[in-house]
Amino acid sequence: MTIPKDAQLRGSGLRILLNRYGLLIAWALVIVFFGIVQTELFLRPRNFQTILSERSILLILTLGMLPGLAAGEYDLSAASTMGLSFVIVGWLNIVCGWPILPAILVALTAALLVGICNAFLIVILDVPSIVATLGMSTLLAGAALGINNLIVAGISQSLVDAARTKVFGLQMVFFYALALTVILWYVFEYTPLGRYIYFVGAGREVARLTGIRVNAIRAGSLIAGSVIAGIAGVLLAGRNGSVDPNFAPGLLLPAFAGAFLGSTSIKPGRFNAWGTFIAVYFLVTGINGLQLLKITGWVEQVFFGAALIVGVVFSQLAGRRTMNTG
Amino acid sequence: MDGSVVTDSLPPIVEASGFSKTFGGRTVLRDAAITIRPGEIRGLVGQNGSGKSTFIKILSGYHAPDRGATLEVRGRSVDLPLDPGEPERLGLSFVHQDLGLFQAGSVLENLLVGRYATRRGWRISWRHETRRARRLLETFGLDFDPATPLSELSEVERAIVAIARAMSGLEAHGGLLVLDEPSARLPRDTVSTFFGAVRDVAARGMGVLFVSHRLEEVLDLTDTITVLRDGVVVADRRTAEMDEKDLVDSILGFSLEQLYPEPHHPGREVAMTVTDLSGSVVADFSTTVHRGEILGLTGLLGMGHDLVPHLLFGSIPATGGTIEIGDFAHEAARMTPRRAIAAGLALLPANRLREGGVGMASVAENVTLAILDRFRIGGVLRHRREEQTVKRLMADFGIEPAAPRLPLGTLSGGNQQKGLVAKWFATEPRLMLLDEPTHGVDVGAKKQIFKHLRDAAEAGTGILVASVEAEDLAQVCDRVLVFRHGQVVGELSGPELTSVRIREQTLIGRHSGDEAASQESEQRKKR
Repeated sequence: MTIPKDAQLRGSGLRILLNRYGLLIAWALVIVFFGIVQTELFLRPRNFQTILSERSILLILTLGMLPGLAAGEYDLSAASTMGLSFVIVGWLNIVCGWPILPAILVALTAALLVGICNAFLIVILDVPSIVATLGMSTLLAGAALGINNLIVAGISQSLVDAARTKVFGLQMVFFYALALTVILWYVFEYTPLGRYIYFVGAGREVARLTGIRVNAIRAGSLIAGSVIAGIAGVLLAGRNGSVDPNFAPGLLLPAFAGAFLGSTSIKPGRFNAWGTFIAVYFLVTGINGLQLLKITGWVEQVFFGAALIVGVVFSQLAGRRTMNTG
Repeated sequence: MDGSVVTDSLPPIVEASGFSKTFGGRTVLRDAAITIRPGEIRGLVGQNGSGKSTFIKILSGYHAPDRGATLEVRGRSVDLPLDPGEPERLGLSFVHQDLGLFQAGSVLENLLVGRYATRRGWRISWRHETRRARRLLETFGLDFDPATPLSELSEVERAIVAIARAMSGLEAHGGLLVLDEPSARLPRDTVSTFFGAVRDVAARGMGVLFVSHRLEEVLDLTDTITVLRDGVVVADRRTAEMDEKDLVDSILGFSLEQLYPEPHHPGREVAMTVTDLSGSVVADFSTTVHRGEILGLTGLLGMGHDLVPHLLFGSIPATGGTIEIGDFAHEAARMTPRRAIAAGLALLPANRLREGGVGMASVAENVTLAILDRFRIGGVLRHRREEQTVKRLMADFGIEPAAPRLPLGTLSGGNQQKGLVAKWFATEPRLMLLDEPTHGVDVGAKKQIFKHLRDAAEAGTGILVASVEAEDLAQVCDRVLVFRHGQVVGELSGPELTSVRIREQTLIGRHSGDEAASQESEQRKKR
């Protein structure tokens, strides 16, 4: 069955618009809602600065997972990789007294090795990525605690400055996250590599029969994801000024929720950078509003869990819709 | 047809009238009417996009028709749209091209999905079910253990299981069996068995609606034919009154002077020399393809002809042999798709939406995947240039609708295939390999694909087509090699190259000439 062209262009223009920008509208509605019920606290400029700055580490982590997800590989160890690098920086810099640069280099090297190890398991040994990285995730969380299981404070001021210096009222970490969004958007939209990554995920056999280096792309995406997670860990150390070894693994679910929810907007049905940007800030705005209403604790988990499910459901519906219209 | 038991005295099984469907302002089906009587086998034909699938999807309750549609089943009026489960209660059973089987289950589980006869409450009586399943399989001339996992069956056997399952539903009701391109993947020699089974079903007083692109099959099997064109029923006639030309003319709406392009003369320059290519069932295959030559490879299913393009392209590993293209010799065992493309090969695989293209990706993305580097200027992918190229290709290959951003999966089968042919011709290959390029493709698209093959050959491309379609090969190819058990047993060219001779050779081969060998191998495949 052919889809009539004019139907695509005319009849459903509004629907396409809603599809694409629905999440953006939802974000706006969340802001309006909390703006009404909690005007004083929520609408303060300082609150928006907090929302945009504080959770930009989560955005970086989430963006790092995009190439892997687009190539069809789940990295459940991303948050633990970030945790490992976070702990290494803290331990070397604070406990062992290393200068900050070598400490960062060691942390990033560790993240790189994790990525290589994941890629080896998944691409060479053919272990399903969910299983390999689930194991890796727990392994790394344990290793991080083994290196240093205490909360330590006093990270080198230069790293703190690099993360927290304010520009236009926002901390530098926000701009790093924004830059990464732009870079990933550029790679996916404006390079053959981005297109190849998408095809490796969406039609691996098609990609292989078109001469695309499927395994190199799978490995590269996983390794890139780990390195970005490592960078997120370093920036987290700088932003917080201290290191809590139990903090990072908890970001795995919010990151997945952000990535899947992001794949329902801007380019529905595909993991994409701006969709992820909107999704992560939509989620953290919601959490922030609830916290201001003094609804805390359990609500964060319920909110992120529900967001992940909703995101997956909608991204599947988006896929099915494009296929079944005939 | 002889032996048919069409009865006019009983009320029709299905009487549909006024079926219309509009998608976003465009009418794809207009006031269509079809009547099917007990014992009648009715063909439903038309190009992709003519409204066939929409009609069937209304019958199956997937689409709601526009207002004014009426449906009577065995004389009783039924409200439209049909609710889920209602078609089954009414005795309407559907077999689609994808068969809808549960691949991980056994034959038995597939046959009886959803209608286990339980005894003493909830427990499934496996012994009883196995007996029933075996009886059902026997009516189709299949005698294997119903506990066999579906994955061990050949594609053909799976198709028959799907049909058996649909018919097992009908035995309870008596009703209408809708076959939507079920024979598209069946090898020619099993089609007659399959048709025998379909005729049996009709002889029991049920109706059959048979949708197919294979006109010779429609003419062979059906009693009556309904032709849809642009959503309108343009013919509703007895099959006996029609021949293939009438049918093609009424499908296309104009007289198709020639489905196949004019003959041409291949060049003398060698495009590729293959020596002792082996791998999977193929053993020591050697041949030379000239520039401008269209070489056909054929055989029964599983005889290896369809593996040759993949072995040459490196998508299925070869165990030995050399491939010379231009001045370079390649070891077949070390070939990969990437190297093959660099050497100037292109491969159009048979499975369109699994190996050929990604349904969710846009037409443009699919078409340019192999030539993406051309649009990268200064490190940036130039979308406008890409779109210009795609638009030009879409116009050249007649891909409808001409909207590069639509997902490939929303196009009709014929247009998808034209898009994928365009994808590979855009790489300007020295040698084009095609595996079943006309499967599930309508007449119009088929004509265009052949024309492009011929044009490319005229321009000096060597072309290798693996196919089971004897008619197409006879018309399009300069030379046809017939495979049997992985080896070439016949070569046809010149006046000898006719569809009849191709069919003969696939069945009999040059030296053996015995049917026993083929049956033996079928048996081997089963176990």
